[in-house]
Amino acid sequence: MATLKELAARGDKFTGGHRACAGCGATIVARQALLAAGKHPVVAGCATGCLEVVSTIYPYTAWNVPFVHSAFENSAATVSGAEAAYRSLKRQGKVADEIRFIAFGGDGGTYDIGIQSLSGAMERGHNMLYICYDNQAYMNTGIQRSSATPRGGHTTTSPAGKKQPGKLQFRKNLTEIIAAHNIPYVAQSVVGNWSDFTRKVEKALDKGGPAFIDVLQPCRLGWGYPPELTAEIGRLAVETNFWPLYEVEDGKHKLNYTPKERKPITDWLFQQERFRHLKGPEHQGLIDEIQRDVDQRWEALQKRCAL
Amino acid sequence: MSKLVSAQTGNEAMAYAMKQVNPDVVAAYPITPATEIVQIFAQYVADGDVKTEFVAVESEHSAMSACIGSAAAGARTMTGTSSQGLALMYEMCYIAAGLRLPIVMADVNRALSAPINIHCDHSDTMGMRDAGWIHLFSENAQEAYDNMIQAVRIAEHADVQLPTLVTTDGFIISHGMENVEHLADERVQKFIGEYQPQYSILNVGKPITVGALNLQDYYFEHRRALADAQAAALPVIKQIGEEFGKESGRAYGLVEGYQLDDAEYAVVALGSTCGTAKVVIDSLRAKGEKAGLLKIRSFRPFPKDEVVQALKKVKFAAVLDRSDTLGGYGGPVFTEVRSALYGEASKPPVAGFIYGLGGREIDMEMIEELFRLMKSGEVKPDSVQYLGVRE
Repeated sequence: MATLKELAARGDKFTGGHRACAGCGATIVARQALLAAGKHPVVAGCATGCLEVVSTIYPYTAWNVPFVHSAFENSAATVSGAEAAYRSLKRQGKVADEIRFIAFGGDGGTYDIGIQSLSGAMERGHNMLYICYDNQAYMNTGIQRSSATPRGGHTTTSPAGKKQPGKLQFRKNLTEIIAAHNIPYVAQSVVGNWSDFTRKVEKALDKGGPAFIDVLQPCRLGWGYPPELTAEIGRLAVETNFWPLYEVEDGKHKLNYTPKERKPITDWLFQQERFRHLKGPEHQGLIDEIQRDVDQRWEALQKRCAL
Repeated sequence: MSKLVSAQTGNEAMAYAMKQVNPDVVAAYPITPATEIVQIFAQYVADGDVKTEFVAVESEHSAMSACIGSAAAGARTMTGTSSQGLALMYEMCYIAAGLRLPIVMADVNRALSAPINIHCDHSDTMGMRDAGWIHLFSENAQEAYDNMIQAVRIAEHADVQLPTLVTTDGFIISHGMENVEHLADERVQKFIGEYQPQYSILNVGKPITVGALNLQDYYFEHRRALADAQAAALPVIKQIGEEFGKESGRAYGLVEGYQLDDAEYAVVALGSTCGTAKVVIDSLRAKGEKAGLLKIRSFRPFPKDEVVQALKKVKFAAVLDRSDTLGGYGGPVFTEVRSALYGEASKPPVAGFIYGLGGREIDMEMIEELFRLMKSGEVKPDSVQYLGVRE
């Protein structure tokens, strides 16, 4: 794996000057992914969303690699077309470089409106890495629920009110859905652990074939915390077992990190404004339910890793 | 040189043209009545008859998305669809045009749901008449074949750089068998030439950003440039149609007049109905009636000047629309033709007729009746009516 020193020497392929919020986690994902991919020539694509709108305001661009954006629900399909063109032109001797393809999308563009496009591209076996910057809501349109939003989370379309305590449903497990496509490489990573993410991007690109990394990405605006805590809140999601770091390589599950002592989920929840309404005894039952869900998912994952 | 002729349906003719074009990428999804185009092409790929990378996507939305990625990567890119499939693509069709990507589409016209119907009308294509694509309508399988080859040149032309669709009428042309004359493979290749994309996202040494966000300060200029490209396509379509004529003996223009020079009464139409109208006109001419047809081949860009010129001397024109605008005044062809004529010093009165929705038959008697109505003065100028529907 590339060292920090080597990464620093590569030069940014996702540059500064973009319009993201202070403390934005999505731009950290893009920057670190392109640094990690740095030994290969890369073509990137992105779904409509925060990452795309902050980085490509005409006539400026933060992308120092070739970049394509077309719409919200089709980052995977669009990049699959570019990859197909590459294979065709490569076969005809019209392209010399050994290019890698990376598609980005938020959880809205990946878990929800773009899941068909993603599933199709993965099933077809395109040689591309899809990275979901998963901030658990539609942040670009002003914090609406997605199927990645955790139970109890306040968003503008799952608001905490007098009768309802935020989102009523548990989140979808997209990592396992994509793992069920039996592709060469699937992983979960997090903003706040650069070495885990760098290693996974490198591995995904080196393996070849379709690959998917779901990166939990704290959003200071949508989650409600001071901007300097982005990395810390990401790590806390791992320490509470809310977001285990693991990978599925050629169908084999492998846990990459086990906390020495699992922290209670409230340590993570109550760092964030979006769960603040759950403080207080009247919501203890819901907190217990959320904790049980975290523990059950962790146990299920451990079983899969033991196979 | 002996002529290369074979009996083909419209779908076979379009797929065969795609084989001879031999594009770098085809991304497509099956839908009635265009399915055969995708099937036949998949067989060409399976048999190694083409160099194409075939992307068998999971929806039409992804078909056009993949075409956009492919064309942005500088690959000659084609697809085919119809009806609901085209409607699912609409969002991406606007984007393909806005990004100035010269994708070529075989578009088999079929009605839109609801009620669901698999037969011909032009509602699907008309639903994207403002998307920025070039629309070439075909009268028969021969024209579908010829148009597919010309579409590649038109779309990729430096002054144009626009996605281009070629229509056939569902089942009427797509499944009707005709004698179709082909050019030899090498002549097709020579005619379309090697594709030299101006930009490519595979040029990693010179990174570009495709699909940037345009705000109040640039969006309007880029949309204006799109309108200019449509205008620039008019002479290009004409010139390439003439060149194709030299190559094949079948020259094309933006419009085609049939017995129009001295015609007193004319019908204006798109697609396969023009063939029916020609037979009617022949029989009327034999009886000494001065009947004519204006066939519009390029609906986008709309050839305003040619239409005005062609209709200048007729006494009355009946404009046929195989789709409805629902709440507008007349079908899309009628509104375009009437708008083109408005303000001209020398112009005929026109009336609009909406016909043939969902594959409803239009026969020779109905067209003959239109000529009779125009001549007898029973059609009110500027009126719009439905033809062949039970009221």
